[in-house]
Amino acid sequence: MFGEFDYQVVIDSIPFLWKGMQLTFLLTFLAIIGGLFLGTLLALSRLSHIKVLSFLAGSYVNFFRSMPLILVIFWFYFLVPMIVGRPVGGFYSVLVAFTLFEAAYYCEIMRAGIQSVKVGQLQAGQALGLTYSQNMKNIVLPQAFRNMLPILLTQAVILFQDTSLVYVVGLHDFLVNAEIVATRENRLIEMFLTVAVVYFVLCLSFSLSIRKLQRRFSV
Amino acid sequence: MIEMKNVSKWYGSFKVLDDCSTKVAKGEVVVVCGPSGSGKSTLIKCINGLEPFQEGAINFDNISVGDSKTNLPKLRSRIGMVFQNFELFPHISVIKNIKLAQQKVLGREEKEAETRGMALLERVGLAEHAQKYPGQLSGGQQQRVAIARGLAMDPVAMLFDEPTSALDPEMINEVLDVMVELAGEGMTMMVVTHEMGFARRVADRVIFMDEGRIEEDCTKDSFFNDTRGERAQSFLSKILQH
Repeated sequence: MFGEFDYQVVIDSIPFLWKGMQLTFLLTFLAIIGGLFLGTLLALSRLSHIKVLSFLAGSYVNFFRSMPLILVIFWFYFLVPMIVGRPVGGFYSVLVAFTLFEAAYYCEIMRAGIQSVKVGQLQAGQALGLTYSQNMKNIVLPQAFRNMLPILLTQAVILFQDTSLVYVVGLHDFLVNAEIVATRENRLIEMFLTVAVVYFVLCLSFSLSIRKLQRRFSV
Repeated sequence: MIEMKNVSKWYGSFKVLDDCSTKVAKGEVVVVCGPSGSGKSTLIKCINGLEPFQEGAINFDNISVGDSKTNLPKLRSRIGMVFQNFELFPHISVIKNIKLAQQKVLGREEKEAETRGMALLERVGLAEHAQKYPGQLSGGQQQRVAIARGLAMDPVAMLFDEPTSALDPEMINEVLDVMVELAGEGMTMMVVTHEMGFARRVADRVIFMDEGRIEEDCTKDSFFNDTRGERAQSFLSKILQH
């Protein structure tokens, strides 16, 4: 069976697949940055003494964690153009969907991270005269981020895989481009095998380096 | 300088501070002692507002600590504090630990903060460790850095919360020496400690606390020599035995 494989199709389509992969990378990267930023703000709100703030942040997290990601993607694909009043293109609506969705997960990670920093650290910052925001920015969040780095990166791997869902709104990511070649050339097995190998190699090597990092941090 | 009037504090229904009143004058060194759980740490953490209190009033330099209109960060920047577990920031180097608040709170230039920080490290004998991270230093060295970090803010008073309790015995003196020197220079200090040798050497007054109350508040000489309350006597006999 493998003897009938036509690997030339795969080799010929590399530039086209790379174009798709660039979209996958870009979406993953931007959604991580946006999600982490929003997630950290949510975590601070969730831990806030201001009841309304922590309630709202908690509701946000519970809401998005109860929604299937694909539904959120659909939703924003139709909703964002309605709110903005003009078509924004698939990429931006998907980016918003991923950012908001991931923020809920990053919030929970950062919340655990903030709580992992000892109260004494916060008090030491306060005693030196740092304001709440100076204390958070310089003392607590850097330590929370370091403590949570392995989990944050694991979440990034999950996000990287989840970006393949953009095929539902017709964006040309790595997977979609592979599928286009596969159906055009009638080489489904070769192409999907290639996609699987690429995802596997990327995610595994990333996960292994996280584990290495984790060992270094735990000393 | 520090004035505490009828301060009471509750954790839920448990009364940690019970009607505490005392004063610390400029240049005075006051040692606070007492059995564990007697409220000593809570008492000094109330002075810079790290712990809120429900009743009474604390004035620092005629500024009310408990007043919600008081700019607490600004007030705290004038009071140095040293913690039992050092609480150096582990993710930045020793010198950055000392520079951080100088730049962020006092608005000093990088260079000025560096010069001041290095001078203080020199003073506590740790200049060669400036670029190291706190985790690479011994407990005694970390606590000396913590004192330098507090002094870098040019505080008008220093609070010490059991500064030697977390240290191995052989490191206690290197920290106490710095504190004795500081007291000799006329720094206003309030020190929670069980080091009675330190109290004998530099304290002007000794406060003895038990079950959230200030049981004794007297000069060093009368604390160590005169007859006192039963609880203070039994406490002293326990810790002076060895």
